[in-house]
Amino acid sequence: MTAKLRSDPAFADPDAFYQLLIEAHDGLNEQQSAMVNAKLILIFANHIGDLDVIREALAAAKAGV
Amino acid sequence: MATVTPHAAPVYPYRRSADQDGGVARRKVVVVGAGPVGLTAALGLSRHGIPAVVIDDDDTVSVGSRAICYAKRTLEIWDRLGTASPLMAKGVTWNIGKVFFGRDPVFAFDLLPERGHQFPAFINLQQYYLEEALVDAAARSAGVELRWRNRLTGIAPARDGARLTIDTPEGPYELDADWVIACDGARSATRRLLGLDFKGKVFEDRFLIADVKMRAAFPSERWFWFEPPFHDGGSALLHKQADDVWRIDLQLGWDADPELEKKPERVVPRLRAMLGPDARFDLEWVSVYTFQCRRLDRFRHGRVIFAGDAAHQVSPFGARGANSGVQDVDNLTWKLAMVSAGTAPDTLLDSYDSERVEAADENILNSTRATDFITPKGAASRLFRDATLALARSAPFARRLVNSGRLSVPAVHRGSPLSTPDRDAFGPSPAPGTVAADAPVVRDGAAGWLLSALGGQFVALIFADGPVTGAAAAALRSLAHAPAPVRVVFVAPRSVVAPDGAALCIDADGLAAQRYDARPGTVYLVRPDQIVAARWRSFDIAAVVAALARAAGR
Repeated sequence: MTAKLRSDPAFADPDAFYQLLIEAHDGLNEQQSAMVNAKLILIFANHIGDLDVIREALAAAKAGV
Repeated sequence: MATVTPHAAPVYPYRRSADQDGGVARRKVVVVGAGPVGLTAALGLSRHGIPAVVIDDDDTVSVGSRAICYAKRTLEIWDRLGTASPLMAKGVTWNIGKVFFGRDPVFAFDLLPERGHQFPAFINLQQYYLEEALVDAAARSAGVELRWRNRLTGIAPARDGARLTIDTPEGPYELDADWVIACDGARSATRRLLGLDFKGKVFEDRFLIADVKMRAAFPSERWFWFEPPFHDGGSALLHKQADDVWRIDLQLGWDADPELEKKPERVVPRLRAMLGPDARFDLEWVSVYTFQCRRLDRFRHGRVIFAGDAAHQVSPFGARGANSGVQDVDNLTWKLAMVSAGTAPDTLLDSYDSERVEAADENILNSTRATDFITPKGAASRLFRDATLALARSAPFARRLVNSGRLSVPAVHRGSPLSTPDRDAFGPSPAPGTVAADAPVVRDGAAGWLLSALGGQFVALIFADGPVTGAAAAALRSLAHAPAPVRVVFVAPRSVVAPDGAALCIDADGLAAQRYDARPGTVYLVRPDQIVAARWRSFDIAAVVAALARAAGR
């Protein structure tokens, strides 16, 4: 099966993305951060929609864990 | 008010049968278990001209409301078996489900969003009323014999049937059966006596279940709460039943003590928190349940065939227990009738196994997914559940993820060996392996329903816009004399001349044609359980005969 998940660099400004992600958790406790992350995953997953891509992303995320 | 006053149940007295008088009598079919599934099996067999003895270890109906939700497809089956009207008259009709998170409604669904169906998505009715109606229908049905306080204690399968040992208040007797249908529930004695594995998953959760008699103004809808303000930490479910009895399920968690939680002094404060300090109510039944999702490897063991909870068990969320059991035996009875009459090979019954195992797997999958949402397995699944519910307040996509039970719809047997794959193109409509769609039609000048017109035998459903004459009419007449007789039902927008013996349904609103994506000339071959076996854009007698042979297992 050919990979559908994009893994080449996609961000025009990677540092800006990373800063946004970190700042989103500023001032949150561990529980609140976990909730934000969970919601974010659901929102992204719906945006992607394609289960093949999501399956590949899940496998990539689990690799080495 | 710290007592539980159960529903006054009928008693069906034990009667001695001549089969107990010595010697070993032989019966064509013995059904083990006079619950909803066993009684439906007997009614179905009776319609196919097969006598059945139904044995049950008890002498009354179910205690408590138990299986309360009966789905559209199940009602259609009972209608064909002549017993839907008392259920519809007594039951509470509903189509709408609402999901709450905390105090707020987050999501509502309409399970039957279109008009033009005889039956609603669901009725709610206490299982004891259902069983009473089915026992009454069985008593009126030719060839059905109910034997109460007849408990199965032994079964010795043989090539041509099984020898049963049955205990009664007057002692045991033996009985030979050509066929045994085991409908004896989740704790099936038949299954235990045969030493069959019943594998699957146990869910670590407990639910309090109560039948509460009260006058209340909640609508006839299914209401499900996640984390309601009145029940700390758990979920809650509310259903309206007949006679002002309400069914309430409250999630207690795995650590709850079931004996303690059943005590009225524990139950009443929980209900008062839900219903308000001034609510006046009485308890009719209280129980605490856990649940499993599991099934037998095979539902057919030679001449012993399992159906309902004896064959498969699901969680209650989705109303897939009793409904799938009734659909099991509707799939089974016509096949058993044909095999025992010698008009179909024994292997036709293997398709019962493959089709209903497929349905059970679909039910178990849906039920397991709902249960994983309602009872999260660990911290991560709990977090995603709560995140989904939080998003559901504002994000439509998240509402679709909220799973309080995906409610019972009939399985689609995509790869059934009895189906003939489509060679013509069809838009959205019942493909082979799917239950035929209902539609309002006029028959003999009276308003009626297409599924009633199909009845319980093989049917060639032909959409026409003009008279059918000549060679086609002669070919159709020949179908009535096939080894499996085929009834011909015409559907036309207005009255047309149909060949002798064919029924005519006038599709004045065009809903039948729409639901079947039919054009003049379209033909559907429908099985006795009203599952589509094959379909074509034009009538070809050779194709119909070949599809018929395939649907009859030849």
